[in-house]
Amino acid sequence: MAMRRFEVFRGTREAGALQEYGVECDEGMVVLDAMHRLQADQAPDMAVRWNCKAGKCGSCSAEINGSPRLMCMTRLSDYPEDRPITVTPMRAFPLVRDLVTDVSWNYEMSRRIPPFQPRAPDNPDGTWRMYQYEVERPQEFRKCIECFLCQDVCHVLRTHGKHAEFIGPAFLVRAAAYELHPLDMADRTGYLKDEGGIGYCNITKCCTEVCPEDIRITDNAIIPLKERVVDAHYDPIARLLGRLFAR
Amino acid sequence: MTTTVRDIREQGLGRTLRRDAWWMAPLATAVVLGAFGIYATWVAWIDRQYQWGPYLSPFYSPFFEPSWWPLSPAFLILWVPLGFRATCYYYRKAYYRAFFMDPPACAVGEARHAYKGETALFVLQNVHRFFLYLAILLVFILAYDVVLATRWPVAGVAPAGEAALGPREFGIGVGTVVMAVNVVLLGIYTFSCHSLRHLVGGRTDCYSCTTFGRTRYRLWRGVTALNEQHMLWAWTSLFSVGLTDVYIRLCAAGVITDLRLL
Ligand code: SF4
Ligand code: SF4
Ligand code: FES
Ligand code: FES
Repeated sequence: MAMRRFEVFRGTREAGALQEYGVECDEGMVVLDAMHRLQADQAPDMAVRWNCKAGKCGSCSAEINGSPRLMCMTRLSDYPEDRPITVTPMRAFPLVRDLVTDVSWNYEMSRRIPPFQPRAPDNPDGTWRMYQYEVERPQEFRKCIECFLCQDVCHVLRTHGKHAEFIGPAFLVRAAAYELHPLDMADRTGYLKDEGGIGYCNITKCCTEVCPEDIRITDNAIIPLKERVVDAHYDPIARLLGRLFAR
Repeated sequence: MTTTVRDIREQGLGRTLRRDAWWMAPLATAVVLGAFGIYATWVAWIDRQYQWGPYLSPFYSPFFEPSWWPLSPAFLILWVPLGFRATCYYYRKAYYRAFFMDPPACAVGEARHAYKGETALFVLQNVHRFFLYLAILLVFILAYDVVLATRWPVAGVAPAGEAALGPREFGIGVGTVVMAVNVVLLGIYTFSCHSLRHLVGGRTDCYSCTTFGRTRYRLWRGVTALNEQHMLWAWTSLFSVGLTDVYIRLCAAGVITDLRLL
């Protein structure tokens, strides 16, 4: 048992501050364990959201020493013992209380993406045929656990508050999961360029740096989508060739 | 001092709760890119010592000097690699962070400004693929320069670097190797381009239902393998271009003597 110091954000949207606590911690504990012990022993009214404690539900997103992370996947032993560990809520979304934010804006964005639109079935029994190698690209994006850490760190949302103009990296990943799928027929380039606001992303890669599922968000989702937008909207030669050769 | 809900909003340049040395990477990028920019401008401007024996500096290749052009011939070429790198997806990240501080690092505050990203002026970054076409051509031209760098004048090279007239023979000097390494690194950088990755196969959704689908897939896999280290190639090729010029320049200035290997 060792006493560790924490500075935890306590408060609401209107008023709040970092409060210091000392928590008895055991070996192998993660930040979420410490928050639970804090809640159990000292701060029963502290709001913390969690679900799986296994890095799979995406509920426990917060910021630890200023960096967006999953609390359940962050070991205390990764931080020096002589300084308090700071735990704050995500900044890109409205605060509910303490460590909990209202992430419902994300579900709204998710609904707006033009849905998956498969081609007509390949076989009379209504099934399709595709190969593993061609579906691998969109499969990477299916790993997304909707933790919204990428949305939180993205400066377009976090710093510039472009929630009305930009859907954020998580939904560019979602859009890419449809758009790059071998069966999908829909063209989302117009949507991505206008409502999706893909041009707001300046590919500075913070989303990739924080993704707990190691999805290469910028390289594999955003840049390929940007290139498709170029094909459809900024490259006269590609448009011409696009008519000659089907995708 | 208590940190309030207002403070955690990171308003203002450099405001953050991060405690690591987040400023190191943008600072290093700014210093190196800045230094390279100054060196390249100087090299292009002075218009001399870019040739020694069969060697030609990559800053001056392909070499042509039309009579109506008042400035250094380097400026007739350099807009191609400059445009290619300035619109490269990796360098964009690097300089948006290091020079525009937009953002300086992840979860670090920015100076207050109206943000447009790549929707307004920077929508021009979308010309990247056109620079790619020219950059590919340039790689072949620089590869040809390496071939020329194996053609040595039989009568030798004067100390100042003029190749003697008359017949040529095969030979390899340290400079030839330097130029060859440079062209390999430039080639890998160019062929690891995100736009190329898209054009050779990334734009295809269903490989099994398109003509040459398998080939497109294989090409895409190949470019992807290089692309995964695009940042590494961006830097190594930048250094190799600079060092190749330095080597040839030092030979031409008589500071070092090129060693003939073969
Ligand atoms: S790469 Fe784009 S989407 Fe990702 S964090 Fe940066 S600006 Fe946001
Ligand atoms: S892409 Fe990664 S960081 Fe973003 S929501 Fe999905 S899992 Fe989280
Ligand atoms: S509690 Fe489910 S991801 Fe942390
Ligand atoms: S993306 Fe870097 S060279 Fe094209």
